[in-house]
Amino acid sequence: MKVLLSLLKEFAPIDGEPDSISEQLSELGLTVEEMVRTGEHLEGVVVAKVLDLRPHPDADRIQIVEVDSGDGKPLQICCGAFNMSPGDFVPLATVGTVMPNGMEISRRKLRGEWSNGMLCSSAEINLGEDHDGILILGSESEQGTPLADSLGIESDVLYDLEVNPNRPDAMSLAGVARDLAAYQKAPFKIPVPKAPEKGKNVSEILKAEIISPDLCGRFMARVIDGISIQDSPQWLKNRITALGMRPVNNVVDVSNYVMLELGQPSHTFDLDCVKDSEFKVRWASDGEEITTLDGVVRNLTEQDGVVTDGLGSPIGIAGVMGGASTEISESTSTVALEMAWWNPSAIAKTSRRLGLRSEASARFERGTDPEIIETAMQRFCELLGPEAFLSPGVIDEKGELPAREKIKVRVSRVNSILGTELDQKEILEILDPIGFKAESVDQDIDVKPPSFRPDTSTEIDIIEEIARLYGYERIVKTVPKSKTFGSLTAKQSDRRLIRTTMMGLGLDEAMPVPFLAPGELENAGLESDGIKVANPLVAEESIMRSSLRPGLLKTLAYNESHRLTGLRLFELGHVYRQPDKPQSLPDEREQLVSVLAGVEAGEIVKIWSALADALAFDHYELVVDSPPGFHATRTSRIEIEGRVVGCLGEIDPSVLSLFEVGERVACLEVDIDDLLSIPHGHRSYAPFSRYPSSDIDLAFEVDESVSSNEVKKCLQEQAGSLLVDIHLFDIFRGEPVEEGRRSLAFKLRLQASDRTLTDVEVAKVHGECIESVEKKFSAKLRS
Amino acid sequence: MNQDYDLHLEEAKGKIEESVDLEALKKVELELLGKQSVTTQAKRSLGGLESEERRELGLMLNETRSKLEEMLKTRKMQLESEVRGAQLENERLDLTEFDLGHRLGHRHVVTQTWERLEDLFIGMGYTVSEGPEIEDEWHNFGALNFPLGHPARDMYDTLYVEYGEPMSTLLRTHTSPVQIRVMEEEEPPIYSIMPGRVFRSDTADATHMPVFHQIEALVVDKGITFGDLAGTIEAFTSAYFGKDFESRLRPSYFPFTEPSAEFDIRHPGGKWLELGGCGMVHPEVLKAGGLDPEEWQGFAFGFGLDRLALMRHEIDDLRELFRNDYRFLEQF
Repeated sequence: MKVLLSLLKEFAPIDGEPDSISEQLSELGLTVEEMVRTGEHLEGVVVAKVLDLRPHPDADRIQIVEVDSGDGKPLQICCGAFNMSPGDFVPLATVGTVMPNGMEISRRKLRGEWSNGMLCSSAEINLGEDHDGILILGSESEQGTPLADSLGIESDVLYDLEVNPNRPDAMSLAGVARDLAAYQKAPFKIPVPKAPEKGKNVSEILKAEIISPDLCGRFMARVIDGISIQDSPQWLKNRITALGMRPVNNVVDVSNYVMLELGQPSHTFDLDCVKDSEFKVRWASDGEEITTLDGVVRNLTEQDGVVTDGLGSPIGIAGVMGGASTEISESTSTVALEMAWWNPSAIAKTSRRLGLRSEASARFERGTDPEIIETAMQRFCELLGPEAFLSPGVIDEKGELPAREKIKVRVSRVNSILGTELDQKEILEILDPIGFKAESVDQDIDVKPPSFRPDTSTEIDIIEEIARLYGYERIVKTVPKSKTFGSLTAKQSDRRLIRTTMMGLGLDEAMPVPFLAPGELENAGLESDGIKVANPLVAEESIMRSSLRPGLLKTLAYNESHRLTGLRLFELGHVYRQPDKPQSLPDEREQLVSVLAGVEAGEIVKIWSALADALAFDHYELVVDSPPGFHATRTSRIEIEGRVVGCLGEIDPSVLSLFEVGERVACLEVDIDDLLSIPHGHRSYAPFSRYPSSDIDLAFEVDESVSSNEVKKCLQEQAGSLLVDIHLFDIFRGEPVEEGRRSLAFKLRLQASDRTLTDVEVAKVHGECIESVEKKFSAKLRS
Repeated sequence: MNQDYDLHLEEAKGKIEESVDLEALKKVELELLGKQSVTTQAKRSLGGLESEERRELGLMLNETRSKLEEMLKTRKMQLESEVRGAQLENERLDLTEFDLGHRLGHRHVVTQTWERLEDLFIGMGYTVSEGPEIEDEWHNFGALNFPLGHPARDMYDTLYVEYGEPMSTLLRTHTSPVQIRVMEEEEPPIYSIMPGRVFRSDTADATHMPVFHQIEALVVDKGITFGDLAGTIEAFTSAYFGKDFESRLRPSYFPFTEPSAEFDIRHPGGKWLELGGCGMVHPEVLKAGGLDPEEWQGFAFGFGLDRLALMRHEIDDLRELFRNDYRFLEQF
């Protein structure tokens, strides 16, 4: 919402420097997004008359314009706009002018042609938002006149305010002025418009009926005569432009200005075109059609409101756009002016459905002031000038308006919520200037909220108003002492431990977006039943990931394409899946995926074993498996206590090629919810023997199909309780080991808790281990 | 006699010094102190001498032997030290060859900011709460006092998912639904923060992403006031940004808080920077969370987490956080 300081002053004697007023507006909740001092940069800008136009000999995008800047001599200007014709009056920034953007205009050559100044668009001189063409001034202008004088512009301050959806009243100059006046303790008053009345009473000319009272809370109409459609006077054009709208003609401009000033949109009909001289207001029926002002045929539904003529044909979509059939034109002599209070949600739905959101619909959607209409109608007529007059009398039909009950406000509650010590009198003094009529009743206060504040209907709404006008900054800051122990949950601590472990292993944390393109889950070898986004911005972001794998593969491909290879990445994040059995929300769980590019599966096993160690999972099994998307012969699932918590190995080469990843990729995927639900993280002290230990080294040749883990398990079984440690310390392939076989060398440490083992005992274990492995795996001991 | 032994010592000294390695020295030692050595031979002949003479010669022999031993020992140490020196020289390493920039992995900047904020609030006595990223319409809007068709729903460009009834399930637009979940699950007093990932139907640019992160704080206790809200935000501001930073509240509007405010921070003399939204938990929201608003009062505040990460590291484009270019990830 744009407001000009000078226009606010029409309602209240607002005082203070522009900067401090800006602060005050922000403190009132009308945050100033931008403050512009207008009119100050018009010094040096004069009206010039276009004499001649000709192409620049050496440039297509600029032309040469000859203008008369008041001395009767042609002055050559190079200009990049092409929207003017000889005879037009345009603003000329003369040599030496400092433009609002700080640029100083100098005489200079453009591609070999002199330019003695600059012709200006409205945006360039802060008179509007049009950047495209040069501002064409009215034909009554005179060359040589300073532009400010010609336009009647005085220096002013423009504030662009951010208005929250609960403040429809602040979508008007009057509403903003009311708040500011209250802040400054200045008197506020909406001036009473002077509009002449004569002729027949409106009731003899026009009728109206509300058929659907839930659509329209109040419908008022008056008849205005003595209008001729023409350009608005310059002062009105200036105001309209400054407030961010485009001047059209006097009736449209007045309609817009009344809306900007008082917050009440209006619609005008050519009375002669309204059949039976009657308005009816009702919900449309499905399939009903209307041709709107813009010439488009609109299909209506039961959720749209319409204004119809006496015969029931729609002549306007309620609160959104008028119909073409009753549009005022230059031949219009009598105007029916309609102003109404529309059901906000009806307007919201219709304007959204039809894509016709406007300044007017924005106000109706938030709720206009049903009490301002009468004043707004008079103001409308007043602004049309002394020739315009109203028929006496007002058509005023009532539908359903929201009830405005008295609100009981407890003083104790006010202070309890705000942490203040306000008394009844102070509260009354705060509320009165912003239109809340309040009176003391016993210890408390009864408040009648004003018609222009539809957002206030409960005690807490009033408390907010009290806080706002008292000043948030005056409320003493206190810090409550927490009554809970600040801590992370076990899961949150584990999450940190997982990240720290990954970091320690040299993995960087990636954070791809959780959206995937259609087909990417399938390309990764996963089920195609990912949760779909119903209204995606782009198809590439229309599927929710059911695994972190595709996102990380895309990340690897992206980096590879930038010659960044050998990455070690991890991600810890949510994945979303169709649940196995019906539930209110998708199956959302947390996953850890690590990817190592350019290495084989063995590397990822180290990542897993380190992670398992960090989380104190001392017993897990890697079981050969071939889950989809993984390399068929280089993958195992991870089992802990018989539960599968994830898998590790390499990514299937065909998946890699679909994702355009050229390197091998080793990958670990863990379901964090499953993993962390298994008891872990605690280690009890295990006493160890003080007696000497004995080591046995055993190397066996076994077939490639025999896993080292199987051999290890066999050795563990044989060695039994004397075994305190076993590990695979060497793997050898090649001569003299047969093709298709390899040598696995284990070191076993034997120890008893109560004695030193004898050579005989050690030799027994040694022999049994050899026999057992040789027999079970057709293995051969290497010596 | 004396002169003989002096001569012997002189000779021995030459031999010892000429020994080039430990092996040679060993031979010299055998020659000088072994069975065939001059002194050993002389000792054997002592028995045939008069006591006086024997004592005198014995002393001299012992003295000579200990001198020989001393010389041998010195030379041995010298030779051993040479060997050790040669060995060390042989093992010389250029350590810079090994300084290949071996590095730890790095947590994502968003995670770093997230954890830093968690730690700060844990220090203030808060717990950390979580909720699902795919939410139902009730927790994201309805319970937060956005009735169906409420224009304030337009403030959020919501992404819905195809799950259950149309428009019933969505990608949460803010972390505020976690407030409801916490109130549903826990008895007050509640002092908790809710960091998390949120979604909006925003086209990605330097300051917008369809996915980003927020952190929310919720306090519900007896007698919590707006002053407590302002004070807590001030405490957080100075703890996170620095002691001399200050905060201010400006009136604003959110359906789930009333009174509502935006909060700004600034370095003294600097410009106010809008950080987030806050307010007293709306009575309807307390009710939706199963609490009696006459008994319990509370405040909530929330702000964008990504922006803090951008600010801390002078990153000028939000998209960079999610592009995962290694040249970005490795920096922090």
